[in-house]
Amino acid sequence: MQNKLQVDKAVRTVLLISASLSIVIVISIFIFIFRSSLPAFKEFGVQGLLGELTWRPANGSFGILAMIVGSVMVTLMALVIGVPLAIATAIFLAEIAPRGVQAVVRPAVQLLAGIPSVVYGLFGMVVLVPLIRRIPVAGNSGYGLLSAAIVLAVMILPTITSISEDAIRAVPRAYTEASLALGATHLQTIFQVLLPAGKSGIVAALILGIGRALGETMAMIMVIGNSVILPAPLDDNPLTVFLSQARTLTGNIAVEINYASGLHASALFATGVVLFMLIMIVNVSAHAFLNRSNASAN
Amino acid sequence: MKPADLRASSASANLRKRQTTQKLSFGLLWLASLIVVLVLVVVVGYVFITGFKSLSWDFLTTAPKGGLSGEGGISTTIITTIYLVALILVIAAPLGIGAAIFMIEYQEQTKAGGKFLQALLQAANFGVETLAGIPSIIFGLFGYALFVSTLKFGFSLLSAALAGACLVLPTIIRTTQEALLTVPVSLREGSLALGATRWQTISKVVLPAAIPGIITGIMLSVGRIISETAVFYVTLGGSYRLPNSLLSGGRTLSLHLFYLAMDTNAFEKAMGTGAVLIVSIIIINLVIDLISRKLSAGVRQQQ
Amino acid sequence: MRKSIVVVFLLAGLLLSACGAAGETGTLSITGSTTVQPLAEKLAESFMSSNPDVQIDVQGGGSSVGVKAAGEGTSDIGMASREVKAEELAQFKNMQVHVIARDGIAIVVNPENSVNDLSLDQIRDIFSGKIVNWSEVGGADAAITVVAREEGSGTRDAFMEMVMGKDALILDNAILQSSNGAVRTVVSTTPNAIAFLSFGYLDESTKALSIGGAAPTEENASSGVYPVVRPLNLLTDGAPEGLVKAFLDFVLSADGQAMVREEGYIPVK
Repeated sequence: MQNKLQVDKAVRTVLLISASLSIVIVISIFIFIFRSSLPAFKEFGVQGLLGELTWRPANGSFGILAMIVGSVMVTLMALVIGVPLAIATAIFLAEIAPRGVQAVVRPAVQLLAGIPSVVYGLFGMVVLVPLIRRIPVAGNSGYGLLSAAIVLAVMILPTITSISEDAIRAVPRAYTEASLALGATHLQTIFQVLLPAGKSGIVAALILGIGRALGETMAMIMVIGNSVILPAPLDDNPLTVFLSQARTLTGNIAVEINYASGLHASALFATGVVLFMLIMIVNVSAHAFLNRSNASAN
Repeated sequence: MKPADLRASSASANLRKRQTTQKLSFGLLWLASLIVVLVLVVVVGYVFITGFKSLSWDFLTTAPKGGLSGEGGISTTIITTIYLVALILVIAAPLGIGAAIFMIEYQEQTKAGGKFLQALLQAANFGVETLAGIPSIIFGLFGYALFVSTLKFGFSLLSAALAGACLVLPTIIRTTQEALLTVPVSLREGSLALGATRWQTISKVVLPAAIPGIITGIMLSVGRIISETAVFYVTLGGSYRLPNSLLSGGRTLSLHLFYLAMDTNAFEKAMGTGAVLIVSIIIINLVIDLISRKLSAGVRQQQ
Repeated sequence: MRKSIVVVFLLAGLLLSACGAAGETGTLSITGSTTVQPLAEKLAESFMSSNPDVQIDVQGGGSSVGVKAAGEGTSDIGMASREVKAEELAQFKNMQVHVIARDGIAIVVNPENSVNDLSLDQIRDIFSGKIVNWSEVGGADAAITVVAREEGSGTRDAFMEMVMGKDALILDNAILQSSNGAVRTVVSTTPNAIAFLSFGYLDESTKALSIGGAAPTEENASSGVYPVVRPLNLLTDGAPEGLVKAFLDFVLSADGQAMVREEGYIPVK
């Protein structure tokens, strides 16, 4: 018995170390990245990095404002394109589709989720970019925000759909039955009872989708053009801003990390910090929004 | 007409209006789902049809003839991918499963163990949550700065495996946690009541019951590693040759696709590589589905 | 069958060499300029076929990656398609530069473009954004899509120095790509695109322009008639010894230099 207890203790220590390791890794990543970004922040200040448009490392300019705008714009565009489709499909799968159709649509969504990002990037390069280039606007190369946003929308759609579907399905049957008993149509039940009730799950789905969009790298490098410019309309029509080329925060890191050193490297870590902060802000605001609407509902 | 009749007819008019709105809206929902399925068909279809021309046994078993010529096959990239998956699992699976076991099975001991242990547990949970949300390029940045540059491992399997292990650790921990949680408490209590130690209970009772869920987590990680590019782009290097040691670099399938697409005009080979990737993911998804089905059957049995 | 046996052996070899190393005889890593990369790959293949126990890994990333990797020791040999800068030499005091070839930089357009020749001034104005339409230089009425390399590129550095000069900058709107190959892919698939590209990457998928009448050929580059030529360098940390020296000697030998010419570059001898 003594032996077994000793084994037990030994095992417990080993497992404790394993658990600690996950924290150690997270903390190391944080410390490393924040510490490496400090020289750039010290040299230029937060305003100098986040507020400047010019990124020309050879000349000592490290403004990442253009990349922030690029990332935010392409993410917003992807949401506009993808979220309605995703939620509609989620509702469809949860409430309307007959079993046979579910058996086709749900695996299709799952498969979309599994396709590697480079495959989407390749498809974007070979099919989407030439297609978008056909839009007759001077300076439209096909590479740019629109192509990137469409690719991104397809990539985040499965995540948002599956989690939203789970959220809708999780709403107690009693809610639906009560609503129908009161004379509401199925449609009214969905939009006025089920969706609000499943709100926290749907918001969680959106957060994950936004996180995925902000974090996508390779597919973006392949179709967005990587120009360090503030996206602007290509001619008098303000809508052509969506055809503008851009560079994302993620693309900035991936394209330059291998050879950057000194202040340049530090600026790339600063880009990583900004990216991380952006995702944190999204998470926190979403949770705040949920808490507030739950509070008011109660 | 009597007021009751008026109310009745306007009520049914209202109902008809709502039903029409519903028919239209549901039509839109059908359309949305149709679009989603169509997108899948177009993307996968295009990749398979264009890639089909380059798919052959030769393609799979010949090495690429050069990083830039786009000629040759993808054999070395397939093997490199397998090496990398194996390495990452060797590192991350024991760590992740061990961490999950500690966080779930030792909770009462931890609570009794005092403030430090409790804080550790909370920090561990926070760590897993945060790690899961970090974009992969940041793992790449971290991996490049620490493993490639500072520790001088260079662009190598080792650097890539370490960075990749950090990437999949949260997935393994989370899925293992969930698997452990589905094991009924009664099983543990019964074992302990029979005089088994905690570790005996875990190793002989809980873990076997949780294995399907754990394997699901591992398969999910495998899928993630195969699809992942950004992390390995900055840690593995771009050599098309087979790595002959842990400190050699190479290309995974995804990386090879990226280089083919960007550097060569060999779009058909790129699509072919994409087709191989998609097929691998389909197989992995099928395995996960099979395991989940066996899992829920098992749970139903226990109940 | 032979392939699977090779796989098993390699797997075993991998497991056995778990702490395997950059110091072992028989392995060489070469990293950096995508301009030098195709040349280095061909030279490596040839070297490996005469020395079957040697494994050479070649990868790209750009000249600045090459300088950094060689200087820090993360790669045995670095490749650069430009001069090593003063700051880099100050940072990596032991770095040695070996010129192995010279290479022209071509100005390429999509094969459908009707333009065949441009002057240096016109090229400078196009890349700085002063000229924005092909009709201004004798082509069709279409907006010019400029494609360029990222800042770590030696090709870009050489282009900046020799064509743009001290004051002009490449316009912000240029599509940026990380390698010669990626630039070639964009130009070959984008009508109205223009870019600078290493001579070693010229093929039927793009059209190389004459500069002020000087055609982009090896003779013109060699003789100096073609104005945009730069050295290709292999970089080592300190004096080369052992396998590194053997490879460098091969590159600079008659056989190696013959391969340089075959690949479309200019031999140093």
